[in-house]
Amino acid sequence: MDKLSAAQVKYLRDRDFHRKKVILCRAALLLLILAAWEGAARTGLINSFIFSSPVRIAVTAWEMALDGSLWLHLGVTLAETLLSFLAVTFFGLLIAILLWLFPSAAEVMEPYLVMLNSLPKSALAPLLIVWLGNNVKTVIVAAVSVAVFGSVITLHTGFREIDSDKIKLIYSLGGSKKDVMFKVIVPGSVPMLVSNMKVNVGLCLVGVIIGEFLSAKAGLGYLIIYASQTFKMDWMLMSIVILCLMSTLLYQGIHMLEKKYDR
Amino acid sequence: METMLSLDQVCFSYHTVGGETLALSDITFSVDCGEFAAIVGPSGCGKSTLLSLICGLIKPESGKIRMAGRQDNTPANGIGYMLQKDHLFEWRSVYDNILLGLEIQKKLTEQNLERIDRMLKTYGLSSFAQMKPSALSGGMKQRAALIRTLALDPDLLLLDEPFSALDYQTRLEVADDIGTIIRQEGKTAILVTHDLSEAISMADRIIILSHRPGTVKQVLTVSFPAEYDTPLKKRNAEEFSRYFNLIWKELKSHG
Repeated sequence: MDKLSAAQVKYLRDRDFHRKKVILCRAALLLLILAAWEGAARTGLINSFIFSSPVRIAVTAWEMALDGSLWLHLGVTLAETLLSFLAVTFFGLLIAILLWLFPSAAEVMEPYLVMLNSLPKSALAPLLIVWLGNNVKTVIVAAVSVAVFGSVITLHTGFREIDSDKIKLIYSLGGSKKDVMFKVIVPGSVPMLVSNMKVNVGLCLVGVIIGEFLSAKAGLGYLIIYASQTFKMDWMLMSIVILCLMSTLLYQGIHMLEKKYDR
Repeated sequence: METMLSLDQVCFSYHTVGGETLALSDITFSVDCGEFAAIVGPSGCGKSTLLSLICGLIKPESGKIRMAGRQDNTPANGIGYMLQKDHLFEWRSVYDNILLGLEIQKKLTEQNLERIDRMLKTYGLSSFAQMKPSALSGGMKQRAALIRTLALDPDLLLLDEPFSALDYQTRLEVADDIGTIIRQEGKTAILVTHDLSEAISMADRIIILSHRPGTVKQVLTVSFPAEYDTPLKKRNAEEFSRYFNLIWKELKSHG
């Protein structure tokens, strides 16, 4: 291999230094917050019964992990999120494809979609309980309703922005509307689809928690409500911390999928 | 010589809420088999519309378009259309891009695949076939786009300013390249361009269109002595500047 020039070596070293500095600062910030929280709780600056503390959260998590209840709640929320996410991706794509294939129908549907998209979906949850019952179905439908309308609108708009000359190319090669759909529109929209999935997975988690608040017997949302009613702040804050981690991991999962596609 | 394509009093207008714009009016001309025709004219005179009409992507409001051996005016039926940009799909390899037309028409026969392999070899793209289009230079992309068009073995090729997206030097080379390929494959071609030099150096016949609404102002037959046999060489011929001035004057005179 060629020997790198001094300037290139310096550039690489500076870059590496910068990267390490950022990682170090991130870790330091986390430690600082945890230490300040713990310190304030121990010295009585804040009431640890109300504000809990990192150590109390860790102990609670450990105990619940040992008796298995942590895994139950976490598993239920994760499963509901993934299920509703798959449903949103499937129905979002399907409806967007249908709207593109039938532009007149899309025109008719447009105001309804806009209305449904901007409606606060938490308002639907009580209605869903009455319609579907106090069960997992309600949670899934609530989660799907949060994300699916925005997904349809985003994908359909993206489809319509595909270069019209690419469409002309397919027609000039004797293709039909179906060829345009499956040879240009869908494959050309994969990057947009993936970035839309990133948004959806977060929205689904929001929907699942709303659903679990109102109608569930397990899950992190249920745990939060139960903890608030029984004033177990350790449980509540632990659930929130776990939700933070879960949403980050789900996002990263799709991000990795995106990178794999890019290569 | 046998006539490949003839247009008879073709008219076309665009409709918007604001009104009707007559884009092409009373267009009549014909192109012989094996001929290379160029259509020149000012921007907005309906040159590209004319190609879409010939291809069958849109229907004329009045008038007739006839093509030898073609009953109905459906796209791709014996006609290959090369657009301004290469429009190679980034999610397909160069080879899969070239197969696009055959795939759509369900003509992935051994015979056609062999012909594509031959063209890839002849036009220096064999070793790039499995790469993504972004790995190719501008000129190579246009060549790949041409092979994609030729894959369906059209009798008539429509070229809509296929070099305008390239930088000047590449443009000269690619025009030379593609002009030579089209003659080698013995195709009839219609080139639309606003570059007069390009039209003169490539075509046997030049159809000059007027300002909107486009009408045929003049049809000019171009011939060069035999030693000027490629588009690049023709640019050095004495006749070249004579033709250039002739067309220039014709375009500038109104009415």
